[in-house]
Amino acid sequence: MKFLRMKPGHGEVLIAEGDVEVREDEERLVDEFRRQLDAGMWAAVPLSGRGRRTAQLARSFDEVPRDAERVIFFPRAAGG
Amino acid sequence: MLLALAATALVAIALLWEAAAPRLVEAIERRRARRKLVPTADYDPGRERRAEARARQLLRSCVNEEEWAMYRDLGFVRVWGTQSERPGGHEAAAGTPYAYLIYPHKPILAYLPQTGRLLNEYCVAFPDETRPYGSARLPDSDDVLAKWMALTGDERRLIETANLHLPGRQLDPRQVRRDLWRLRQWERERARAAVAAT
Repeated sequence: MKFLRMKPGHGEVLIAEGDVEVREDEERLVDEFRRQLDAGMWAAVPLSGRGRRTAQLARSFDEVPRDAERVIFFPRAAGG
Repeated sequence: MLLALAATALVAIALLWEAAAPRLVEAIERRRARRKLVPTADYDPGRERRAEARARQLLRSCVNEEEWAMYRDLGFVRVWGTQSERPGGHEAAAGTPYAYLIYPHKPILAYLPQTGRLLNEYCVAFPDETRPYGSARLPDSDDVLAKWMALTGDERRLIETANLHLPGRQLDPRQVRRDLWRLRQWERERARAAVAAT
């Protein structure tokens, strides 16, 4: 599983990577996930299916599907 | 003789030093002050272009082929609405399908595809206050992807976060109607090409 973060002036940046089946990796990913949300990010998991594609917003690491390949973090929405 | 010349040279150097020293010290201080200036992230068009190229690749990898082609060809993405109530509480529009147009760094526009009626503008932004290169603004395609993920992931949450306005506040309704016409033409053309390919 890869954690990507959108960044102004750069595009996405790989911030963490690991195998959720490996305990140490999972703990690292959970910590990083929490850190990103604490920093004001939203997390989304792009879902690929046949035809229409969607994303799933995750408010905690538990909501991220175990087989997700990537989680994209982006700044939380604000009224413009 | 040599002694006299050496003494004269020493006096000359001392006098020159007296005259030049203040200027030299000032120049050194000025140079130090310049180096102490807070570094500003200058606008770098090359960096912005590379960021946008990366963002386009990421967007392409997330949306489906039609949405990607729409963005590439028309500059916006249409996302169908999924709430049972129409956005903005439009009673007259209840029960009919509605959709959003996502433009980079512009409000999201809700409309009725069947009639072309414009419903609302939703002003929303994704500012990154860490400002890594001096700007809080995501690349265009990242902004579109953020809106797309937020809309398809939790439409209600995004709509509730956004500032609601009537159409025409930031997006020119004539331009939007023209975009909707372009979208219909584009879809017809794709349908024709798909039939021809079979």
